[in-house]
Amino acid sequence: MSLPIVEMLAAEKTFPGGVQALAPVELSVRPGELIGLIGPSGCGKSTLLKLIANLHTPSAGEMRWWGEDFTRVGEAGRRLSFVFQDPTLMPWADVATNVRLPLDLDGIPRDEARARVAPALAQVGLSHAADRTPAQLSGGMRMRVSIARALVTRPDLLLMDEPFAALDEFTRNRLDEDMALLCAQGGLTTIFVTHSLTEAAFLSTRVLVMAPDPGRIHAEYAIDPTIVRDEAFRLSAEFAAICRDLSALLNEVSHARAAADA
Amino acid sequence: MKRAQLSTVLGPLIVGIAVLALWQAICRLWHIPPYLMPAPTDIAASLVANAVPLLHALRSTLLVTFAALLISVVLGVLAAFVLVQSRLIERSLMPYVIIMQVTPIVAIAPLIIILVKSTLPALIVCATLIAIFPIISNTLAGLRSVDPGLESFFRMHKASRLQMLWRLRIPSALPMFMAGLRISAGLALVGAIVAEFVAGTGGNSAGLAYEILQSGFQMDIPRMFAALSLITLAGLALYFAMALLERLALHRWHGQG
Repeated sequence: MSLPIVEMLAAEKTFPGGVQALAPVELSVRPGELIGLIGPSGCGKSTLLKLIANLHTPSAGEMRWWGEDFTRVGEAGRRLSFVFQDPTLMPWADVATNVRLPLDLDGIPRDEARARVAPALAQVGLSHAADRTPAQLSGGMRMRVSIARALVTRPDLLLMDEPFAALDEFTRNRLDEDMALLCAQGGLTTIFVTHSLTEAAFLSTRVLVMAPDPGRIHAEYAIDPTIVRDEAFRLSAEFAAICRDLSALLNEVSHARAAADA
Repeated sequence: MKRAQLSTVLGPLIVGIAVLALWQAICRLWHIPPYLMPAPTDIAASLVANAVPLLHALRSTLLVTFAALLISVVLGVLAAFVLVQSRLIERSLMPYVIIMQVTPIVAIAPLIIILVKSTLPALIVCATLIAIFPIISNTLAGLRSVDPGLESFFRMHKASRLQMLWRLRIPSALPMFMAGLRISAGLALVGAIVAEFVAGTGGNSAGLAYEILQSGFQMDIPRMFAALSLITLAGLALYFAMALLERLALHRWHGQG
């Protein structure tokens, strides 16, 4: 059995001021998994993702990346990329420069970095927009640039924090299908936060349903990884059944919260 | 030219011409003497008749203005870089920057003119003291206005301090710096005029403020208005030059790349 990419061993997060955002979490992420995190606001989804990205350090417990601490993350075979909720592009730079940014920061030689930008843009269907600036792009296109910037490092683990939340449903569905294809083709391990139950059902091979006060994993739901994520799947009875099950799990969270409030 | 652009130019132009025409008509119909209120044609005639001394004065005033603006940019940006290094440094020094800003320059200009013996440097110091504050405050705010997501992205890629500064903080600060520059350019001119009024210098350093004072003493009111109109024109030219500079610097931000 291959080494887990990420392991959380009773890792928890309490912010200064004493707010416990995340109770101790046990999680093991295996290569090739596509994990969706869903749950109501304040249940610690983003905190969990930022712990995995090392943007937060755990208050207690332990985190492991490829079986070790974070120091070797970034080496070949241990690359991590993060897609934020907003595209977070540099407004003063063109699309190609934005996509090349992580390579420049990592010290990749300029020629090699330039050569890697075109395939990354082709992956997200933006080959024609390399010279444009973010202000000249639609919201969906900016998000695609953000994804291309994450893919250009050839990551082994991709983390996405509500990447398509600000987009209309049509654009969002298209990007979901593109992401499913990209992940399937590249065997890319992905963990993403979403507020959309249908997006979690469509993309994930495992859904973690989270609950608040304090943030914790309430339930895990596995989805057959061999299913082809396309329009036919979105319209299938199987998809509807998955959505129904996830909805029931979210309702449990909601009822538990209402009972606690009462 | 597009219709909107045309109306932007034509509207103010028509209002300006109408006001000048009305002003001219009132002066002529009521036979108002030029020493009370000169007509626009009297001012234009005075401008032509006194072109040499007035343009010389304009040159002196603009020299002080540009020198003050340049020094404000260099010192203001350096000060902002020092202040942004830590909150402790900012908290320790910022009150003094504010004190410098809120103390009326008219009150401290005589002291500066006594302390700095040479006139031209004294005028430049006064104008710089007025012009520097928007550069410091705007550059500081700009350096702090980095997109938190983008900052996290840089941190994730273990960017060095220099990379953070050069590739993230400085470009992020550019829009606010340019806004500060536009305000400072106007203030540098105001500072130069105020300093000239206080110094009351003649000779080679005589600027437009000195021309206004002298014209007042001599009751040459059309010449006073001519000097005033040159100050206004210089202010407008500075404003539009800075707006053009801002547009050139920020064209990519606004999707004109």
